[in-house]
Amino acid sequence: MRDVAVIGIGHTKFGRASKASLELFSESVLQAIDDAGVELKDIEALFQGAALAGFEEGQVMSAAFSAADLNLGPIPATRYEGACASASVAIRDAAMWVGSGEYDMVIAGGMEKALTMGTLFATRTFAMACHAPTEGPVGLTFPAVFAMAAMRYAKIYDIPLEKLREKMAHVSIKNHKHGALNPLAQFYKKLGALKLEEVMDSKMVADPLSLLDCCPFSDGASALVLCAAEDARKYTDEPVYILGTGQGSGGPLSKMEDITKPVSRISSAKTAFKQAGLTPKDIDILEIHDCFTIAELIALESMGFFEWGEAADAVEDGQTELGGKIPVNMSGGLIGKGHPIGATGASQVYWIIKQMRGEAAKGNQVDPVPEYGMTDTLGGDFGTLCHIILGRSKRKK
Amino acid sequence: MAGMAQEEIEKELSTVYTVLTYADYEAGLKEERLLGLKCASCGKITCHPMHVCQWCSSRRLERVELCGEGELTTFTVIRVPPEGFEADVPYIPCIIETKEGPCVIGRLDYDAERATPELIGKQVKLSGAYTYEGDKYSGGAHTCPIFKLVG
Ligand SMILES: [Zn+2]
Repeated sequence: MRDVAVIGIGHTKFGRASKASLELFSESVLQAIDDAGVELKDIEALFQGAALAGFEEGQVMSAAFSAADLNLGPIPATRYEGACASASVAIRDAAMWVGSGEYDMVIAGGMEKALTMGTLFATRTFAMACHAPTEGPVGLTFPAVFAMAAMRYAKIYDIPLEKLREKMAHVSIKNHKHGALNPLAQFYKKLGALKLEEVMDSKMVADPLSLLDCCPFSDGASALVLCAAEDARKYTDEPVYILGTGQGSGGPLSKMEDITKPVSRISSAKTAFKQAGLTPKDIDILEIHDCFTIAELIALESMGFFEWGEAADAVEDGQTELGGKIPVNMSGGLIGKGHPIGATGASQVYWIIKQMRGEAAKGNQVDPVPEYGMTDTLGGDFGTLCHIILGRSKRKK
Repeated sequence: MAGMAQEEIEKELSTVYTVLTYADYEAGLKEERLLGLKCASCGKITCHPMHVCQWCSSRRLERVELCGEGELTTFTVIRVPPEGFEADVPYIPCIIETKEGPCVIGRLDYDAERATPELIGKQVKLSGAYTYEGDKYSGGAHTCPIFKLVG
């Protein structure tokens, strides 16, 4: 396999969009093309994450229409669906295809317009990524899945639930602080100075998770230009290399041995680290899947950044802030930046690359710029996990 | 003449791959019976049904009835429902570790406003079934177990 680089990145403003998702996606592609300094005619294939387009705008087979909207010609264009991890699995497969030598330059990314559905129907369609035959009739929701994980976390580590709620609230405070500083975030200039009580006293969604423990529904798109690493310097002085990727699958919640230690995530992260020849100690910045505050804690432990049961304290201690052991979600994460589910994985890569270029917003930028970064994206109730490790220099052979 | 006889093709179609269907599982719940599969290779129980043993992946499975008792491992109280469940709020999804080993998902019959973490670890038993009639995306009605505290 050849090495693969990201040479161009695009990202629409997250939040409520009036344009159609096809328009949002094309905008992010044009941004990425301009950023890379390449032409649309150079693109040989398109990989698009889109989770619920059929329910949002009555659109399936969206990837073909995206290729058409950009006059990319009859190139292969494929829609990827892995719920909230849709874009990450699209990017991973795109990297595989370029790595294989089949294509030299491709577009990978994703899009979503979840806000068109309204809270009730969006909650219904998001819950479609639960196991329909057994979890469907229960009336399970995504907040409920992570609420049950939080209940279990409190039990296993013997933390009083109110104490855990306080620790989880620090994740929301941190991510909203950085989201409020990010002009592309859904909550830009909003909720940037949350108090503990504001998070804990917000409306209960699924005990013990309240509204400010949850990411919002969002519209948005993000896209990347990938090319063979050997060609990257023809286009940019600052290519970022995809050093390792991993993907893992889970199943119904009841089949998991421990819902606070998702095997799908552990396995996926291990694969990515092994491929990159790196360990958690080498990573300078993370964008991880904080769909709910508890999810950030579980992710940090499952990926090996903290011991089991220690992430809650670490976040409270500021170890995941700027200047801490490992800055996490300096873009605002899903909670502060928004979560257009089909686009999120590409957005995470976008913000890692912005950090590596020193172009993150003031107050969010890691200094000195990170050498290695990693994304973590989760779809469903731990059903689809994907990790991407990025670096400013090529993989050591 | 090249090709395969229609009778031969039909015979291949008659192979049973699904020992216990979702419909069988749900029909059992409606009779207050928790149905699963016993593995002839490792002896363990699979529930809800799968096409292979959930523990060792063996395909040597036989239908079996579980006792319906177990321990509550986690739960939550849903206050913001998906479309179709508005009338149920607040309600309690839960995961039960059955006495036979596998965990199952269902609902807990308990006062949502009194549901505290102390419930975790309590003994429960199957007490009925909840049937959601479905919306246009659910392929018809589906049923899940309801559990209540023992004692
Ligand atoms: Zn077995």
